[in-house]
Amino acid sequence: MTTASDAGQRPWLSRLRGSNNEGILALTILVLCVGVGVVEPSFWSVRTMLNVASNSMTNVIFAMGVLIVIISGGIDVSFMAIGIFCGYSVIVLTNETGFGASSAPVGFVLAAVIGVALGVLNAAAIAGLHLPTLIVTLGTQGIIRGAMLAYVGSKVIPDYPEGLDKLSTNYLVTATGTSSTRLSVLIVPAVLICVLVSLLLRYTMVGRGIYAVGGDAESARRAGFPVVGIQFFIYLFAGLLAGVAGLIHVTRVRLANPYELVGGELDVIAAVVLGGASIFGGKGSVSGTVLGVVLISLIRNSLILLGVPGSWQRAAVGLLLIVGVGAQALSARSRRTSADLVAEGAPA
Amino acid sequence: MAPAEPLLAATGISKHFGGVVALADVSFDVRPGEVHCLAGENGSGKSTLIKVIAGVVAPDAGTIGIGGELFHHLTPRQAIGLGIEVIFQDFSLFPNLTVAENIGLAAQVADRRKVVRPRVVRRIAAEALERIGVRIDLDARVEDLPVADRQLIAISRALARDAQIIFMDEPTTALTWREVEALFRVVESLKERGVGLVFVSHKLEEVLRISERITVLRNGVVAVTGDVTRFDRAAIVKAMTGRAVTDARPAESVRSSEQPLLEVEGLGLQGRFKDVTFSVQPGEVVGVTGLLGSGRSEIAEALFGVTPADAGSVSVDGRPVRLRSPQDAIKAGIGYVPGDRLTQGVFLDQSIGRNIIAGSLDRLVGKLDLVRPGLAQRTVDETATGLRIKMSSADAPVRSLSGGNQQRVALGKWLARDPHVLILNSPTVGVDIGSKHEILELLQAKSRDGMGIVIISDDVPELVAICHRVLVVRQGRLVGELSGEQLTEETVLRELAA
Ligand SMILES: Nc1ncnc2c1ncn2[C@@H]1O[C@H](COP(=O)(O)OP(=O)(O)OP(=O)(O)O)[C@@H](O)[C@H]1O
Ligand SMILES: [Mg+2]
Repeated sequence: MTTASDAGQRPWLSRLRGSNNEGILALTILVLCVGVGVVEPSFWSVRTMLNVASNSMTNVIFAMGVLIVIISGGIDVSFMAIGIFCGYSVIVLTNETGFGASSAPVGFVLAAVIGVALGVLNAAAIAGLHLPTLIVTLGTQGIIRGAMLAYVGSKVIPDYPEGLDKLSTNYLVTATGTSSTRLSVLIVPAVLICVLVSLLLRYTMVGRGIYAVGGDAESARRAGFPVVGIQFFIYLFAGLLAGVAGLIHVTRVRLANPYELVGGELDVIAAVVLGGASIFGGKGSVSGTVLGVVLISLIRNSLILLGVPGSWQRAAVGLLLIVGVGAQALSARSRRTSADLVAEGAPA
Repeated sequence: MAPAEPLLAATGISKHFGGVVALADVSFDVRPGEVHCLAGENGSGKSTLIKVIAGVVAPDAGTIGIGGELFHHLTPRQAIGLGIEVIFQDFSLFPNLTVAENIGLAAQVADRRKVVRPRVVRRIAAEALERIGVRIDLDARVEDLPVADRQLIAISRALARDAQIIFMDEPTTALTWREVEALFRVVESLKERGVGLVFVSHKLEEVLRISERITVLRNGVVAVTGDVTRFDRAAIVKAMTGRAVTDARPAESVRSSEQPLLEVEGLGLQGRFKDVTFSVQPGEVVGVTGLLGSGRSEIAEALFGVTPADAGSVSVDGRPVRLRSPQDAIKAGIGYVPGDRLTQGVFLDQSIGRNIIAGSLDRLVGKLDLVRPGLAQRTVDETATGLRIKMSSADAPVRSLSGGNQQRVALGKWLARDPHVLILNSPTVGVDIGSKHEILELLQAKSRDGMGIVIISDDVPELVAICHRVLVVRQGRLVGELSGEQLTEETVLRELAA
């Protein structure tokens, strides 16, 4: 029997590459840092690091939700709408009712609950009615955002309830220089969520089931995976993560603006795809996704530093998304030929 | 001795797909410690019956009695919980997961585990592979493995748990005798433990050898059922087809000709095969055989440019050709029907018609490069009739065909193209015996019309029946050539075993 795991590849090389090209991504980040640093020495600073971390913390949580959806073979474009709905609504609700105003954790529980409730919309349409994920989430994006502007409010709110207000000025690290840069304590839940999702994907049956469904949903059903249950879990959990991320964002920027976030899906999806998650489903990792988010944030940061206008930054991220998808398609093609290649055992 | 109480009894099962009746009032049971074979032509409903009992397909009518309970329909989870395991015809594996997970995870799901411990998963997988005595890298991803390995993984997965009833839907299509023997040894030990087994195969020798009882399906109804002692080869074929089938005519002699269609000279590929030299005359059918791992498929794939050779030369119609990619090979007039047709040869979600003409669009276009619908339709009709593809309409997706009919679509795609030289890897695997001879005769007719045909196979009777010459490959080298009087089943087997 042949055991051609990666025909013609040296084992150390494939280990360095990582199962989802994490190695290549880390290398790209390193090269980028060195390159930009050479052109613009001010890039190498604690400030840049803190900036990248600050800018990544909400996106990385959104990305965790997108990651599990993509692994399962779907795509989600509603997460930003869910995020801002939850973040904005919690501010409005606590301001108006005073409920839990003094406690930040209550706000987060509320955001999570609303996120899960909105996730039910996606789950029901996708798992219940078997509708295509892109269309469903595009629809719910519109519904959720529209409902928020119509029923929750459309004004920018600068006043925060006491608990969240305090949290928003709670910093983990402060770097002072010409201007001071600070890292919010909210990076802690972001890191915890990444660890949690990583454990979930690796060591729970639901997590492995997400990969199984993404690999072949019919095979998963035949093997006894509760496919509908897994799909419900995916979209409820993605809703929960989006809710929490939304409130973290709103808290961090200290201004609840209902017109924010929606439109920023590109960065997150690009990060997840660059991080090695396969758009065909079945593949992806937390470490790759984190690297993808960091890469996108770094690129944005460097482009700002190099004086590139905002619209070109967006174009750059779009280009990266296509590069990521293109790389996947190419490697899928070469993988297919290598499977043909070993269509039968070769003499030793 | 009175027969034991059945482990499972399906009664009056009916199922139709659109206008197609797949099963009509079928009753079927499995007793402990027996192998019950399901036989029948392609599309007779064998896989559908298995899927109904496994809870994968919901029946229109009928009941499934198991463990003293009666069910109108089951879900896969229920069926697994009741101790039913299935080796599906299409394997139903997870291409993106490792070998260990494909085997071990399924067992853990069946046990309703919530937490996955990779070490346990690996142990389950290693033990299951051990039982059929094969070694496959546990960390390899299934999508990177050849079809024989995938079939062995599907088998191991079904054996990983202590199932009460195991359904094996054509588990030996990609295997050679060595693996089949190992599988049969496991089957014997399972029988002793009182497990009930259901076995589907188009290789009647296997059926007669391993089973206690046989049920033959014909067009979705039970044609006959009874103890194996009541059957011989001819009786099974008669029950399957409703008529007697004659064996393929031996190959006619070849027109001698100065110009071979295909000339292969010293072909080699580092570490795979070496010094392969042979030629194919017009009207000649050449067989290539060898054990799994002998390099026979690599030679075919080199000729089709999938894995180009690194030494030697190839000429088609006297013109030297470079074969660096399948495109080169197609341009040179070489066609290739791969062995793993269920996953490589067809687009499952596209229609049968589109699949058939997919390989020959350039021959079907008229002015402005538009496909001429009349010509395309005629090609599809001729191919489907010639290969007796059992379908409701040529517009139906290939996925809706039975396994054997899917194989025929892949074959039809290349026949429609009409290449100078057609290389076929196991052309009749999974095809019922009734149609097998017709397909072989079709190939003979093509060869008489001047198409060079190379058949890679380990079905020795088939090779002897259709080929003018058989080349034997061992460890990457051509070690024997048999033709004329010398070409008999015994001589080929002797060469193989040497
Ligand atoms: N999902 C489906 N949709 C439509 N028709 C189907 C579907 N599945 C099976 N059929 C039809 O049901 C009939 C029985 O198919 P089945 O797969 O059970 O045959 P089989 O006996 O297993 O044949 P084979 O030996 O080729 O595997 C065929 O005519 C097939 O076309
Ligand atoms: Mg079948």
